[in-house]
Amino acid sequence: MKIEVLGTGCAKCVTLEKVVKEAVAKSGKFAQIEKVDDIMKIMEYQVVSTPGLVIDGKVVSTGKVLSVDEVVALINK
Amino acid sequence: MWYELSREFIYNTVGFEGKLADASHFFLYDTIKIWFLLLTIIFAVSFLRTWVNSEYVRAHLQGKSALYGHVGASLFGIITPFCSCSAIPLFLGFIQARIPVGVTFSYLISAPMNNEIAIAMLFGLFGWKVTSIYIGFGLLVAILGGYVIGKMGMEKEILIDVKPIDTKLEANLTKLSLQERAKEAWYYTFDIFKKIYLYVLLGVGVGAWIHGYIPTDFIARYTGEGNPFAVILAVIMGIPMYSNAAGVMPLVEVLTSKGMLLGTALSFMMAVTALSLPEALILKKIISLKLIGIFFAIVGSGIIAIGYLFNMIL
Repeated sequence: MKIEVLGTGCAKCVTLEKVVKEAVAKSGKFAQIEKVDDIMKIMEYQVVSTPGLVIDGKVVSTGKVLSVDEVVALINK
Repeated sequence: MWYELSREFIYNTVGFEGKLADASHFFLYDTIKIWFLLLTIIFAVSFLRTWVNSEYVRAHLQGKSALYGHVGASLFGIITPFCSCSAIPLFLGFIQARIPVGVTFSYLISAPMNNEIAIAMLFGLFGWKVTSIYIGFGLLVAILGGYVIGKMGMEKEILIDVKPIDTKLEANLTKLSLQERAKEAWYYTFDIFKKIYLYVLLGVGVGAWIHGYIPTDFIARYTGEGNPFAVILAVIMGIPMYSNAAGVMPLVEVLTSKGMLLGTALSFMMAVTALSLPEALILKKIISLKLIGIFFAIVGSGIIAIGYLFNMIL
């Protein structure tokens, strides 16, 4: 599983990345986490409000910081 | 009701008198009232917002006429969230969907100006009339400002080459139950409140002090009719204050009650929210300094015009 956090370095994006790390640890799954700050790449995902969350190439959330439990739920989907 | 209650508490239960009682009553009354309104209004806006996000706005505005675009972008700006940290993906994303630069600017002016914190603070401090004037003229500045920038042909001032997408965009909004929406809205409200409640406390505190101790003629002399440049000064002073809108607005209210003209106050508050230095610095990465200058000049002069207009007719 590959999880990408999209963001150009705002405070919220950093928070989301932390949340994702915690969520992956909590879910017990093996996942590769990547922070994407390249604006061109973010735009390829058609995200206009950061932070965005992408799981296995699919955008699952934009513009908000999710809670650990919400991310766990998305990972287990 | 709350007014009498807080008054009763300060004067009789605590037993303060004179200026001290006046200032503490003002402080207690205003702080609780504004906190309450902030919680309610931010909750209401974030609840509505679970139906609309910036991706949705972009998909909606794609391929629409310029007039519809300017008006629509400005209206959507009221409800959608805006964080200056998101300005780059938003700006480029709009251009990518072939939404004209001018329409993009309409959105970029309206979204921060009509943010839920500003609206809640205005409503709590000045009442619904001033709030509607603020929103109405804010929309006007956004529509006209965006229109003028659009007419100037600024496409070449965008420093990053964006590959346009011509296919019709789909906005994937997650389907949520009302309960989930309420939960999300509450979570967001609490998050914002945590960040600003101290600023409100501080702003109202200094306001209460001015209210109780600074004489009216002193304020009227510098911010009232006696100073023809008050509006322009107010706008310039408003530019670096964006992040502190919650703390600045209580001060403006006190200054207004002590003789600052309402137009000057309106200009100042609009400058605080619409012209933000951090946002300009972020945008500098993707648009030329010239375009940022034009953006600030147009919005700034619009706001100044509104200030003078109101000072004349009110």
